[in-house]
Amino acid sequence: MTMQVEVDESKCIAAGQCVLSAPEVFDQRDEDGIVVLLEQRPGAELHEVVREAAGLCPAAAIRLAELVEG
Amino acid sequence: MSRILVVGASAAGLAAAETLRREGFDGELTLVGDEPHAFYDRPPLSKQILASQWEPGKLALRPPADLEALGLDLRLGVAAAGLDPAGRTVRLADGSELRYDGLIVATGVRPRRLPGEGAHALRTLGDALVLRDRLGRGRRLAVVGAGFLGSEAAAVARGLGAEVVLVEPAPVPLAHAVGTEVGRVLTQAHLDHGVDLRTGVAVVEAGGGGVRLADGELIDADEVLVAVGSVPNTEWLAGSGLTLADGLVCDEYCAAAPGVYGAGDVARWHNPLFDVPMRIEHRTNAAEMGMAAARNLLRPDAEAEARRPFAPVPYFWSDQYDMKIQAYGYLRGHDEIAVVDGDLSGRRFVAAYRTGDHLAGALAVGMPPKALLSWRRAVASRAAWSEAVPSTASVVG
Repeated sequence: MTMQVEVDESKCIAAGQCVLSAPEVFDQRDEDGIVVLLEQRPGAELHEVVREAAGLCPAAAIRLAELVEG
Repeated sequence: MSRILVVGASAAGLAAAETLRREGFDGELTLVGDEPHAFYDRPPLSKQILASQWEPGKLALRPPADLEALGLDLRLGVAAAGLDPAGRTVRLADGSELRYDGLIVATGVRPRRLPGEGAHALRTLGDALVLRDRLGRGRRLAVVGAGFLGSEAAAVARGLGAEVVLVEPAPVPLAHAVGTEVGRVLTQAHLDHGVDLRTGVAVVEAGGGGVRLADGELIDADEVLVAVGSVPNTEWLAGSGLTLADGLVCDEYCAAAPGVYGAGDVARWHNPLFDVPMRIEHRTNAAEMGMAAARNLLRPDAEAEARRPFAPVPYFWSDQYDMKIQAYGYLRGHDEIAVVDGDLSGRRFVAAYRTGDHLAGALAVGMPPKALLSWRRAVASRAAWSEAVPSTASVVG
């Protein structure tokens, strides 16, 4: 299964919760703290922390799609 | 456990439901919400929605397909009316009863009201849309309460060209939350943006046509917004035997009774990190506590060691005018504040808060958000004040 991560910069409020949960996948811009996506398709070992990050995001700015590739 | 009931269909309830499914709960999951809409985000109501920058659809916390995948039995537009913990039954306002094996209470808060008729509140999407349609150039808005919500609404209204009078009972707005000196700095932003600020005045009535002060003066306004804090929605739990004291009282695992957990704005729990009971009305806490409550509910007592205490570092943000305010930690009851970066007068600074011998929290205004993360880490590790804060930092309160 492949996980695809999307972030909505227009909703991001720069809380940094995603960076605390999954620093391998998310970062923040230095100047305004807006989310930077480092890994659009993180490996399976990161799926749990990415789901945690999406659940914690106080702006619902992280969306996950789990794709079954044929 | 085959039936779990979540009462409350906002951020905490959603986080709980998602976590239950992620942790493998595949039984019946019922979610009750008293509003006709569910799973929408509230912080933008006093920001982008009031400013007409966003349409309501952007508030959705999840796309419909994600909600569908949770397999919820969703009961919206009906409030919970009673709880029988011994019989493990919740009664709804329409008379129906729901049995559960596990219950998560996430019924949130509602705005505190003042005497008078016709004033606005700002808690629900409906509230925000009604107020939004009545703001604009040439309109005069009176806001009662210069806390974070009232301040955000005042800032938006000024941005829309409305005349704003902001009435606050305390001598310095937000002093109880962030300290007097920082409160003064935030207050100055209102003055700089042309708000008519009246502090230290008691309001006896807030109605459709204005605000009546204790000394008899009437402040005229086209619209009045009352933003004087919130009341936890716990009335439906009266007589249940659960402990209610400004919220549903929970232990450090978010448990209120066997099989009953609390989450979000409504829940008061003992935060072991700070070793104090707290009830936090912040957006991030709703999600964190919904997750924690769900995880602990799924751990049977026999596996007590698998339960985890809920020990978060609280976080909040507020957007007012051109300022972003962010804070980590528990600032209430602090003993001392020191500016550790920037300066207050420029409204660009980081302030550290001491409670006892520890760094209790940090608040930043106008700083890059990443600059605060090291302070969060220090709060989370219960850093000693003497180690976290340079002795050269300027003490301001």
